[in-house]
Amino acid sequence: MHISVNVDGVTYADEVEPRLLLVHYLRERLGKTGTVIGCDTGNCGACTVHLDGHSVKSCQMFAVQANGHEVTTIEGLARDGKLHPVQEAFRSNHALQCGFCTPGMIMQAIDLLADESDPDDETVRKGLEGNLCRCTGYQNIVRAVQDAAQRMKPGAGPKIEQHSDEHVGSRQPVGGE
Amino acid sequence: MTATAEPEVGKARLRKEDARLITGQTKWTDNLQLTGMLHMAVLRSPVAHARIRSIDCSRATAMPGVAIVLTGEDLAAEQGSLPCAWPITEDMLAPAAPALAVDQVNFAGEAVALVIADNAYRAADALAAIDVDYDELPVVLDLEEALQDNDLVHPDLGTNKSATWIFDSAEAGSGTNVEDEIASAEVVLERTFRQQRLIPSFMEPRSVVVDPSADMFTIWSATQIPHILRWMLAAVSGIAEHRIRVIAPDVGGGFGGKLQVTPEELLCLLVARRMGRPVKWTESRTESMLSGHHGRDQIQKITLSARRDGMVTGLKVELLADMGAYLRLVTPGIPILGAFMFNAIYKFAAYRFVCTNVFTNKVPTDAYRGAGRPEATFAIERMMDELAVELGRDPMELRQQNWIKHDEFPFSTVAGLTYDSGNYEAATDRAMELFDYSALREEQARRRSSRDPVQVGIGISTYTEMCGLAPSRVLGALRYAAGGWESASIRMLPTGKVEVITGTSPHGQGHETVWSQIVADRLGVPFEDVEVLHGDTASSHRGMDSYGSRSLAVGGTALVHAADKVLAKARRLAAHMMECDEADVEFATGSFSVRGTSTVRSLGDVVLAAHVAHDLPEGMEPGLDADATFDPDNFSFPHGTHLCATEVDTQTGMVRIRSYVAVDDVGTVVNPLIVDGQVHGGLAQGIAQALYEEAIHDETGTLTTATFADYLVPSAADLPAFMTARTATPATSNPLGVKGVGEAGTIASTPAVVNSVLDAVRHLGVRDIEMPLSPERVWTALRGGAAEASTPAAGGLGSIDSQGGQS
Repeated sequence: MHISVNVDGVTYADEVEPRLLLVHYLRERLGKTGTVIGCDTGNCGACTVHLDGHSVKSCQMFAVQANGHEVTTIEGLARDGKLHPVQEAFRSNHALQCGFCTPGMIMQAIDLLADESDPDDETVRKGLEGNLCRCTGYQNIVRAVQDAAQRMKPGAGPKIEQHSDEHVGSRQPVGGE
Repeated sequence: MTATAEPEVGKARLRKEDARLITGQTKWTDNLQLTGMLHMAVLRSPVAHARIRSIDCSRATAMPGVAIVLTGEDLAAEQGSLPCAWPITEDMLAPAAPALAVDQVNFAGEAVALVIADNAYRAADALAAIDVDYDELPVVLDLEEALQDNDLVHPDLGTNKSATWIFDSAEAGSGTNVEDEIASAEVVLERTFRQQRLIPSFMEPRSVVVDPSADMFTIWSATQIPHILRWMLAAVSGIAEHRIRVIAPDVGGGFGGKLQVTPEELLCLLVARRMGRPVKWTESRTESMLSGHHGRDQIQKITLSARRDGMVTGLKVELLADMGAYLRLVTPGIPILGAFMFNAIYKFAAYRFVCTNVFTNKVPTDAYRGAGRPEATFAIERMMDELAVELGRDPMELRQQNWIKHDEFPFSTVAGLTYDSGNYEAATDRAMELFDYSALREEQARRRSSRDPVQVGIGISTYTEMCGLAPSRVLGALRYAAGGWESASIRMLPTGKVEVITGTSPHGQGHETVWSQIVADRLGVPFEDVEVLHGDTASSHRGMDSYGSRSLAVGGTALVHAADKVLAKARRLAAHMMECDEADVEFATGSFSVRGTSTVRSLGDVVLAAHVAHDLPEGMEPGLDADATFDPDNFSFPHGTHLCATEVDTQTGMVRIRSYVAVDDVGTVVNPLIVDGQVHGGLAQGIAQALYEEAIHDETGTLTTATFADYLVPSAADLPAFMTARTATPATSNPLGVKGVGEAGTIASTPAVVNSVLDAVRHLGVRDIEMPLSPERVWTALRGGAAEASTPAAGGLGSIDSQGGQS
């Protein structure tokens, strides 16, 4: 089948087998290996990406289902060499060890923060329960997400990045609030 | 080159590794795509024990994209037997362990055939077209039944017993005779505990790529042990070791689960050789759980003798350890690593340990975080609570009465080890203070008297462990086939930048950051100027890799020694450059100076002078590079006090951890951020053993927990926030004073949680609950039924309801 998908700002047009999983399309065809596969049952969330701004598990979707949609992966978050605030917060709070769950965890955290601008501990834990981490015991991940919420508050960024409202609307990172 | 102002050791440096990990610029093995690469898929036995009557590959071979289909018979002449490097006794029985089963399968999940195709989907398709005719045999699953030898896993061995390993303090001269102590004791307690089977569950599934081009076999593998793997693959395959290069690129966790020489690593190598093309294999999660080694799985019979006044006298440990169907790399030695730790921090007069290793038709067991020591710590910490109950004593006070006092170090234990340093009082005082022990005891009393449906319990674990594996002579005495040294090199580059090469092989720990801190401190160079190379046998040719909380204590020490060699030579050259006596040269924050003068040469100046070699002292070789290998003379012994408060809902059996305090003494801390992270992750895995995880084989030997929907790795919603703190008594066995922190949290936490739950419900008549303490088991125990060993512990996670659906 023919599909056209925008991934991290680039439009791709490809012939794919109907059974090709989205995550395999990203990894094998597009070379987007930042998104990884941790299980076969949708439990671990390592493969989480955004589809039109909302988190999805890319091992639970076929590539053809992404036809005509926008996909954002961990590789598309940093802009002009500047990390997304959630990426910054993960690093600053030592929220990763082996880093295998991290791409999915960050994508899910961004989705969570789009709904909850100032989540408490329990909200973060519930919001991330579809993403497994075996290294960190989650403590620093929870802290990082809460830290990221502060970093993403209106006015929290450096002065130079503050623009009038209409500007900001068009510059939101995918899933950001 | 500028000098670093403040010490790097002790600084909470953010990790160097993170930049690539948070942006997706990672190098996982499965990311590799090589020109002409073929893909391997593995057919696994659905039955646990059977003769293979025939395998028909004709349909599979004819399928599109399939290059070749191979069975064990096809590879029988070249595959040899997978290595077991730890024959624990002279008469240990070990079956041949072919990578592909030849005529018999011995566990469900064992590889029986492989498909090589041009892509992974087509390889997987062809698996379904292979017809295997099995002649089923009786399955051996239960350890005690297995010892009856009615049915045999390996008929040619004549028994299911692999080996019996004994330590006896009377024979070793380290203590009295345990039978005498038991016979004359005022109190004798006998308990049996079951260490359920666990699955390491690293997040990155295992993956292997072998490139046979250029007269060289380059092997990328998601492994903890590139150096051991190279050695073992050469030994098994007969390919010369210098024709094998192993690369462990970014590796996504291991926890002992990637301390292995796997069938698939060998198969990829053999097939790449046969086909002359690169071959890749990446497992699915279910394959990982079905065929990657499991951990724990012991039955522990413990006898403890004591005086009425609470002093412990004797400890007898009788273990049955499930090997599974084969002996993998260090399978037989795992329970033996616990042999020296059952006596823990207590002063027993007598100790006897007998371990019987048993074959069953289950997935082989091997290292999993803590490896032998969590089992030992669980048993002794449970027993100390049992003794406290028996004597009507406060469990902490009873421990205090029996433990080694801080002024008794170094202390020779009844198990024959020498604990070099520690202060159990200090760690306990700190933990009790953070935990608010007395307030919780008051609340507990209130809830008991008001018959509150939610009861509160307090669990204690005052653990120690042995790590920094390991002194080579000790490993030799334990019949381990390799040594325990570690190696490091420092390359001083002409611009003053530094390359560090380590034989350790990080897979999430943060060695690149910590090793940089150590070298920055020692050489007075900026942290940013140090690059750490690892995990490639071509650049890092000597190493014993990472496991057993050994990397910093052993590998970090090798690095310190290498840095000292660099400095010693640099000092000689600096004296020559400054035309002074070497004895008058001082070194501080990256610069050499002549005592009492203003003459200064930076290390960078000296490095350049050594590199250009225009004017060196007589006989000095150009360059300042140095290598060092360190072999410790003792293990290191982290310890600590963990306190856990749980709430048990007596109406549902649900357990909630209210608070968890971990005070650990891991010696000197190089990076507190990383140490805290290691403790957090360790706690999560230990708590998971106590409450959630269990690998279950059904009565036919099928693993019924072969997905993350069935094997309950806890999510963020299932774990509490931890309170961590530290006390420090530096290790005396290495110049850094470090002890190791990789396994401490896992070793300590399991008994703290179980003791806590039992403390909450013991007054309701519950004596013991088998792990994992699922709501069902707790509920059943509260209603007077003993939880049966064979009952699956369903529904333990808060995030998954009893029907298995997401709540």
